[in-house]
Amino acid sequence: MPATPARRSRLRAAATPWLFATPAIVLFTLFLIIPIGYAIYLSFRGFRIEGGGAFGRRVQSFVGLDNYLTALTDPEYVAGLGRVLLYGLVAIPSVLGLALLFALLLDTPRVRARGFARTAIFLPYAVPGVIASLLWGFLYLPSTSPISYLARQLHAGPLDFFGFPTLYFSLANIALWSGVGFNMIIIFTSLRAIPTSVYEAARIDGASELQIAWRIKIPLVAPALVLTGLFSVIGTLQLYSEPATLRPMSTTISFTWVPLMKIYQEAFMNDNLGGAAAASVVLALGILVLSLLLLRFFQRRTFGDDA
Amino acid sequence: MSAGDRTVLTRRRPGTARRPRLATVVLLLGALYCLAPVAWVVIASSKSPRELFTTFSFAPGSGFADNLAALGGYGDGQFWRWGLNSLLYAGLGAILSTLVSAMAGYALAKFRFRGRQALFSVILAGVLVPGIVLAVPQYLLLAAVGLAGTYWSVLLPVIINPFGIFLCRVFAAASLPESTLEAARLDGAGEVHIFVRIVLPMMVQGLVTVFLLQFVGIWNNFLLPFIMLSDQDKYPITLGLYTFLGKGAGDGDLYSLVIMGSAVSVVPLVVLVLVLQRFWRADLLAGGLKG
Repeated sequence: MPATPARRSRLRAAATPWLFATPAIVLFTLFLIIPIGYAIYLSFRGFRIEGGGAFGRRVQSFVGLDNYLTALTDPEYVAGLGRVLLYGLVAIPSVLGLALLFALLLDTPRVRARGFARTAIFLPYAVPGVIASLLWGFLYLPSTSPISYLARQLHAGPLDFFGFPTLYFSLANIALWSGVGFNMIIIFTSLRAIPTSVYEAARIDGASELQIAWRIKIPLVAPALVLTGLFSVIGTLQLYSEPATLRPMSTTISFTWVPLMKIYQEAFMNDNLGGAAAASVVLALGILVLSLLLLRFFQRRTFGDDA
Repeated sequence: MSAGDRTVLTRRRPGTARRPRLATVVLLLGALYCLAPVAWVVIASSKSPRELFTTFSFAPGSGFADNLAALGGYGDGQFWRWGLNSLLYAGLGAILSTLVSAMAGYALAKFRFRGRQALFSVILAGVLVPGIVLAVPQYLLLAAVGLAGTYWSVLLPVIINPFGIFLCRVFAAASLPESTLEAARLDGAGEVHIFVRIVLPMMVQGLVTVFLLQFVGIWNNFLLPFIMLSDQDKYPITLGLYTFLGKGAGDGDLYSLVIMGSAVSVVPLVVLVLVLQRFWRADLLAGGLKG
């Protein structure tokens, strides 16, 4: 049947969105779906010695859940997961808490130096994690640290920023410094989106700014808090560049201090791709479960379909 | 008093005339906390290696020009090469990423087609996938096709940005009136023409935000180049400084080079953020999320 012009244009109209989405779909497939599938495949594969004695060959084969069992029973990997969780428990509440505080303060009527403070607090967002770790590393390092210098002048003794548990606070402080401004901007912007009429009645009734913040503003910016919380969780569990950068400055940080350092070592130093893949899958699943729990907990108030 | 403050005053009728002093003080403390390390590194970069460990940290030194020359001279100007590499990865990567995201976001927001919801859900799920966990399988796959260790290995994986697609969809839905697109179609304009001449210009603010996010994201990315690259000449600046420090543990001369390098690499990003800040649409991040 010959295609009529109307039919052809309908076909073209149906193809148009797919054509626009094609680059994204191709890249998404190549750099997300296939690597995920490949990682899962690798996580079930391992090397076994086939044949006996000196003639044994290393043969890659299906090993079932062996790699997962190895990963989950590896004290170093499990300890790394524990370290990341401990770090997250310190870092995430401080980043989000301070971001919310600064956002609420910026939104307070008649506050001074609003623009300056906003820009200054946002600025560290532009500093890469490695550079931020270098900056703070030198501020922690006894020989260059102005804090240690002052402590010496006051005869307060040496300050150890890399010990236990101070190291967790030192690392969390880097996350706080890097992340507070970005999260503050997101929360502040959703505060600005609240129509002022919402507070007017409360102000007329004599509510204080503190009460307005606590009772009205915070509940209304909850979706932004969930979003920032979600990104913080995803970012926290992928902790890598900060401890890797600080490692030469501190003896407390081992080569496998966090899960990603362990994964890197297994993959590229020990040539254990199956083990590295299993450890990655465990980490990714952990992040996914935590993210979904967080979203479920807040009743899918974010990421709703706006269509 | 600035114009911004005045609009706030008229918009919010004052309940009391008192200025919130404590709020201002806390904000200024926050600003100080965020600026102090940057100030420290700029000051420390002016110190000669000997001064670095002997003088008070916030006192400027006398070695700025020497340090800068030493940094530039290190490994036949390798540092500047790293800077150019970073610019290439982040600049080109972010431009391509923004374009791909804009096309996909526009398709998802402005066309009704079968599979639209499924496609969007898959891309949203991609936001939750920790990108860094993908780096090892991405390396193996790129190595299999002979691309590992090349510029492509760092550039290609960062072009796809699920969060950017999500933002572009939100922004396309909010900023492109159906009537404008319909009018252009009735005039016989082709779909590509409509996208280039109407859609992109109308979405420009949102696109700047997506570009900026991705630019900073790529510039800050460490693990991907760390895994992909072995040739130091292809390193971005973050990886270069990292290897610097690894070599320089216990070597005071390299410490001052690392500090100088940190100072130099912070400056262009700070300038970029300050310049692009006025185009920055944070409401796109915050406002688009109410379902």
